Order: sequence, then structure tokens, then C-alpha cells
Amino acid sequence: MLDIENVSCLSLRNVSFSVGSRECVAVTGKSGAGKSLLLRSLADLDPNDGDVKLDGQSRNAMAAPDWRRQVVYVPAESGWWADDVGGHFDDREAATGLLHRMQLPADCLDWPVSRLSTGERQRLALVRAMVLAPKVMLLDEPTSGLDPDTALRAEAVLHERLADGGAIILVSHDPAQAERLASRRLHIEGGDVIEMPTSRDEGGGG
Amino acid sequence: MNYIVLDYWDLALAASLLLVNASLSIIFQLGLARRLVIAAARMVVQLTMVGLVLKALFAIQSPWLTVLAALIMVMFAGREAVARQDRSFTGYWSYGIGTTSMCVAALIVTLFAVTTQFEARSWFDPRYAIPLLGMILGNTMNGVSLCLDRLLSAVHGGRVAIEARLALGADASTALSSIRREAMRTGMVPTVNAMSATGLVSLPGMMTGQILAGVEPVEAVKYQILVMFLIGGGTALGVFAAVFFASQRLTDARHRLRLDRLTTK
Repeated sequence: MLDIENVSCLSLRNVSFSVGSRECVAVTGKSGAGKSLLLRSLADLDPNDGDVKLDGQSRNAMAAPDWRRQVVYVPAESGWWADDVGGHFDDREAATGLLHRMQLPADCLDWPVSRLSTGERQRLALVRAMVLAPKVMLLDEPTSGLDPDTALRAEAVLHERLADGGAIILVSHDPAQAERLASRRLHIEGGDVIEMPTSRDEGGGG
Repeated sequence: MNYIVLDYWDLALAASLLLVNASLSIIFQLGLARRLVIAAARMVVQLTMVGLVLKALFAIQSPWLTVLAALIMVMFAGREAVARQDRSFTGYWSYGIGTTSMCVAALIVTLFAVTTQFEARSWFDPRYAIPLLGMILGNTMNGVSLCLDRLLSAVHGGRVAIEARLALGADASTALSSIRREAMRTGMVPTVNAMSATGLVSLPGMMTGQILAGVEPVEAVKYQILVMFLIGGGTALGVFAAVFFASQRLTDARHRLRLDRLTTK
């Protein structure tokens, strides 16, 4: 579904891998190894070399905003440009179902952004991205501010998105979460991306 | 027109007011005495030189020399505008963007004024072109440097919010729209404030100068109103151009935010 071909950006050198439909790939590596940089490059938010194709179509063949609506990046730190939460949603109707699933109150769209907790911001940023119905989601620490229960709820929503044919590239410092969501693991070290054997492979299926 | 010609003794007497300034600085240890003297000396030297240059320009009446003088003024304004900013573009971009927008705005408005309102013998008559350019340029420079300063620091501080919009598929101009509006407003506010306070709180220097030189107050006021309109037009054009060029440089064809093109001082 998403083919990454020789992408290079700052410390990252000639990264190539593919992510299929219904697949979640976890990206691991030390702080500063370039995990966020990789996600930003795939969303074309930083100047980078190489090509990325979605269903065979190169990103250079379409306008950058069109690309980013299909390959959407959700950074670890969410950004807010309007005063109230609703100002960040073009289609409030489309958001209501997801809000409920993420255990967010239905009226939170009328709140000022300043009232949101870290965890609420994080979940709203996810909802905001999912409303666009992207084919690929690039998630940077999507549940780092959530308690275990709420994090599991958010994961359930992501699982559903995968089952619907989406793809996810996930940066997470929580090995258990990577284990639950991802079927493959990529490790970044010294600017190289290495495909790691998963415990499922080692354990002989599971 | 009758006006009192000042002799150098009058100026020396006025300069003695600086002594009040200097002694205050020394008594209260403001540490300003040295800078004060240097600034005063600069003012005297710069203005004297301008007086001599203008005298020569008026006598020669050459279009080339008038244009040259105008260009030198614009270049100094560009340098001054850049020096006032906390953040700037790498390389010559800040200077280029500031100078180009001021140059375009001030020259358009000055040419407009010289060719229409002022029945000058020719467009390059330095007696009209240079003082008008000076007034328009000074105010445009203020607006341009304020709006660029605001734009660059707001973009730098608002990076996360801007990139959030870009990541969700907004184009660069949508992602920057609110910051651009804010920057334009910042650049225009001093001009709007000056227009609303003038006459009540302050008597503008140009009008005061004409009155001191013996011009009828009503005639001087007409001149001042004209100049205010020219300043307003010049500032608006300059601010618009500066924000436009700067936002082009802050983003690229792939709608990315290019903070790597900024430096910190």
C-alpha cells in the first residue's frame, strides 16, 4: 500500500520498506534516532530525497496537501490553531461517533482548547486525523499521555481502522503496545532502518 | 513668506538643553551620557550633510542623481528595518525582502504624488521627490519592520500549530492565514493610530515646520492631510508586499514550513 523508496533526510540514509493494507508497523529506536524524522519525511513535512508511493502513485504526482490527507501524520505534540475545539473540525458530525469511542464527552467540541487535558488533546488530535479517513496513519506516541484503560480504548479504534483496510506506522516507547498493535517492527540505529524479527516469528506463530 | 532665519548661536543655545539630559544621566547613573552625546553628534552631522546634499541636488536638477539619492535612502531603510528584527532569514533574504517591499511601496506612492498632486516641473524635481520619499519611506520602514518582526516571531513560536494544519492537509496559505493577518495588522496600527491622534495630541512635524516657516495654517494642514494619505498608502503597500514575500520564503512548493531558512540573532 505504502512503498518507501530510498528516503533520505538528515541522519536517515536510504530508507526503503513497504507497509501493506491492514498492517501496522512499529518503529523503535533511541531518542533522537530519527523516528519522528522518518514520519515527518513520509508526510513530506521536511525536505527529503527519495520517493514514497501510495497504491503505486508517487507523492510527487499529487499536491502536497492531497498527499497529507491520505498519509496523515499525528505528531507527539498536538498543535491547536483556533480558540475552541470545534474550530479544528470541518465536519463536527463526522467526529461525534469517534469522540464517544475515545471516551470524550460529546460537548467537548464547544470547549476552549485551554480547558483540555494532555490526554484529551492527544485523543482529539487522533480523532481530528481519523475524520479525514486517511489510508495511512503515521502515529508518533499516540497514547503516551493516556492511562492504560483509555489507551486500550484508543487502540481498539486503531485496530478497527486496520481491519477496514488502513495502514499504520507507529512510533511507541511502550513495547507492550507495539506488540498489541503491530505485526512488524523496524529499528532505527545510526541512520539505518533494520527490520527486526517479531516475537510472533520467534514464537512460531501466535 | 516670512520666517526667522536661525543663526548658529541659536542652535548652540538649544544644544545646551542636552546638558540637562546629560546631568540627569550622570546623577541617576543611567549610563546614557556617552550614547546621548554620540547620538546628538550623529544627528548634527547627518542632518548637516543631508542639507548640503539637498542643496546640491536642487541646484543640479539631474534625474539620475535624484534616483541615486532615492536608492541610497531605500538601502539605508532596508538595513535599518533588518537591524530591528529579532529573527531574520538566512543570507540576504531579510534585507532583500524588507528593501524590495519598501522600495516598491515608497517609490510607487512618491511617483504617484509627484506626478499628480504636486505640480512639479518634472517628476524628478528633487525639491518634491526627495522630501516626500523621506517621509513616506520613514513610515513605511516602520510598518515593514514591525510586520516582519511579528510575522517571523509568530511563525517561529506557532510552529506546532502551523504544522498541525499542514499535516491535516491544509495548504501553506491557509496554515499561515491567521498569523499573516496579525502581522499585517501590527504593521498598520502605528499609521492608523497616528491618523487618529494627530491634531489633538500631536502637531505633526511637517505641518509645524511649515507654520514656523510662515505658511498659512490652513494651507499647512492641507499639506499634512495629503502627506498622511500618502504615508497610509505607502505603509499598506509595503506591509502587504513584505508579508507576501516573507510567507513565500517561509514555505515551499510542497507546502512545508521552512524554519530552517530562519536564523536567530
